[in-house]
Amino acid sequence: MSNYHQKSIAYCFGLMAFAVTGTSRADEFTKADLQRYQQQFMATVAEGRELWTSPKLGTNGVACAQCHPNAANTHPETYPKFQKQLGKVIPLWEMINWCLRNPLEGQPLAADDPKMTALQAYVTYERRGVKLEPGKH
Amino acid sequence: MNTFNNSRRNFMKNAGTLALGSTLPFSLVELAFAESDQNFTFAYISDAHIQHIKGTSFVRNWDRGLIRAVAETNLLTPKPDFVIFGGDLAQLGSKAELDHGAEIMSALNTKAHYVMGEHDYYLDLGEYWEKLFGPQYYSFEHKGVHFIILNSIKTYDDWTFKRWPTNEQRMLEMAGLDNPNGSPFMVGEEQRKWLKSDLAKTNKNTPVVVFSHSPLQKIYKGWNFWTEDADQIQALLKPFKQVSVIYGHVHQIQYNQIGNISFNSVMATAWPWPYPQSYAQAEQYLPKLTVPMNRADPFFERDATGWQFINLANGRVDLNYTLYNNASRIVRYNTKKKRPEDSAYQNEDALIPPQTHY
Repeated sequence: MSNYHQKSIAYCFGLMAFAVTGTSRADEFTKADLQRYQQQFMATVAEGRELWTSPKLGTNGVACAQCHPNAANTHPETYPKFQKQLGKVIPLWEMINWCLRNPLEGQPLAADDPKMTALQAYVTYERRGVKLEPGKH
Repeated sequence: MNTFNNSRRNFMKNAGTLALGSTLPFSLVELAFAESDQNFTFAYISDAHIQHIKGTSFVRNWDRGLIRAVAETNLLTPKPDFVIFGGDLAQLGSKAELDHGAEIMSALNTKAHYVMGEHDYYLDLGEYWEKLFGPQYYSFEHKGVHFIILNSIKTYDDWTFKRWPTNEQRMLEMAGLDNPNGSPFMVGEEQRKWLKSDLAKTNKNTPVVVFSHSPLQKIYKGWNFWTEDADQIQALLKPFKQVSVIYGHVHQIQYNQIGNISFNSVMATAWPWPYPQSYAQAEQYLPKLTVPMNRADPFFERDATGWQFINLANGRVDLNYTLYNNASRIVRYNTKKKRPEDSAYQNEDALIPPQTHY
């Protein structure tokens, strides 16, 4: 591919990006933007709370909230960490999948499944204000 | 105490013979009197949460917890005088769940008394439960001790009778421990009146033991580790010299002393709950006296569950928790300090890392 071609492709992407974002500059955002980002996040938290308290993630009617009211004792601020029973360092979503498979007798979710994102958003939101302590058992 | 120690040794010997392992998850309550032949024990099983899936299938994990507790209670030597079931036999109060739970409990070789839990109650307000287990509140005498069973998980009439379109929804709303649509537990006026007249007929020197599902003290309202009229109940119990309240619901070890009243909680057979302080947003009042149980290992499904045998000593209760995969715990009334204390971990320097909850 020639230099000319690469430049024109880059130019096209530039135009497309401009079309999508309108006239605002990349590093500027308004109060309205902030509100919208927060709304997006809280909607995902609410979706996560819905899943957390729902029997639909598993097959036996058990919900995450049965053992973890308000997502307590999940400690998202300590991940990734060494799980002695798995013998390796894992991120939070792998532990969530362990719970889906075992107490809930269900199927694991993909790491980027929107449901997994929502579950992690909820768990983390309930833990807001707690300092990060990666690796803590 | 000797009676208990012997019984425990015998029990563990029997258990060992049956290859159940070196630790067992239960609490035994022992009541001991000045004359040791008056001492007796009873066992306490609680919070089984038998959960119906469909047809003849139930959640295996919770079934196993209750089946194991019943089997082990039957091995106690000498036999406990009776067994208390502390409430939440069912998860959603259905006939299928109550029947299945009653069937597992029917394997007990000792008489059982039942306490009402919210998971048993809010579908039909205890109608079917009463057919299986009898009245929701009553008292009985046993070897000089006055025992009282209360239904402490009632709530405001408005919530119970006017708020929900179906009984099923009412049950589901109350079943979620952290559900903001729930409502605070209470004993209520009818039972308070009855309790007052029942206590009026009881000598103030008689040891009194009260069984309730929820704590008759206020710990954390968000999860109903709470009874709304706890202060009024405590006031009724105040004139008695020796009072013990034993409650379920919290799925964890708690104990406290308020005036003359000792409070002890019992373990669940189904699953453990976090201590309220592990919910970062909670305003809670876990009794300072309580040395927490170890943090649960989720990979060992019976960990941090169990049952207990109780020794009534000098009219005070000593709770013996034997916990799966963990060292046993004994919470015994200290007659000098006049409060329940853990026999091994009460001093700050005796705490071990798994007892730190965060």
